[in-house]
Amino acid sequence: MRDCRPILLLEDDTVDAMAVKRALKDLHVSNPLVRVANGEEALVYLRDDSKEKPCVILLDLNMPKMNGIEFLKVVKADEKLKRIPAIALTTSKDDQDRVSAFKLSVAGFVVKPVDYIKFVEAMRIVNLYWTLSEQPNSERESTNEKLQANTAGGR
Amino acid sequence: MSLLKPILLVEDDIVDASTAKQALQDLRVRNPVVHKTDGEEALEYLRDPNSEKPAIILLDLNMPRISGIELLQIMKTDAELQHIPVVALTVSEYEQDKLDTFDFGVAGYVIKAVDYDAFLRAMDIIIQYWAWNGLVEKEREANNARL
Repeated sequence: MRDCRPILLLEDDTVDAMAVKRALKDLHVSNPLVRVANGEEALVYLRDDSKEKPCVILLDLNMPKMNGIEFLKVVKADEKLKRIPAIALTTSKDDQDRVSAFKLSVAGFVVKPVDYIKFVEAMRIVNLYWTLSEQPNSERESTNEKLQANTAGGR
Repeated sequence: MSLLKPILLVEDDIVDASTAKQALQDLRVRNPVVHKTDGEEALEYLRDPNSEKPAIILLDLNMPRISGIELLQIMKTDAELQHIPVVALTVSEYEQDKLDTFDFGVAGYVIKAVDYDAFLRAMDIIIQYWAWNGLVEKEREANNARL
């Protein structure tokens, strides 16, 4: 990713969370991964001032307690949190979910491929895109250097 | 995907617009490209019931009449338009522009590279990302090619 802040992962399924962790490791993404199991836990993390705010949020949609769409509603109405890009990473192909998420300014809606190799490829592109994209208050590093490092690592 | 929605390019600079169109062509993007030269023209297009809503919008920020940030602000309060992902494509490195666009739910903020090869690489990442989102499509032969 563009800077070294953590990536916040909302995922209730332990196996799916491990796949994300492994893919990021395989792609040599060095950002720490913080995993929470639902929207409620994510809000506790995000509103704790002792915790570093993430550079991006990767979120599953179908979760108990507070699901991904409900979480987006809260985060995008919160002045302190709404600028953090949130990317849905889901098995849901439901068009209603997609439209709801985009109406809430989700910054991506990636349907997780079942095949691990394809999943790594999806994560590679997600990482490249959020390395290329600027963000407010991000560290001023050379995009090209970061891109090259990340691209090389992903091959 | 059966029906490909257009990519809406909002750019007042003629050279930058033709460069972006060239890149989309070189990347063999199958979506049609609709070009509007400022925010007002783009809004007219977006609100015209006869025009097809775009898959994504590539948005310059500094434009006459209605700027990119103003267009984004208007779109995000319009129930018919707020679901369309907008990627800022700009030369602006101002922190305030980044704050404002992310406040209004931009889905990416990319600084335009002057060098065409670097610009093409950036556009390729943008297109591949939105392809994974199921919104844009490249010609199949080009999928396996690496730039």
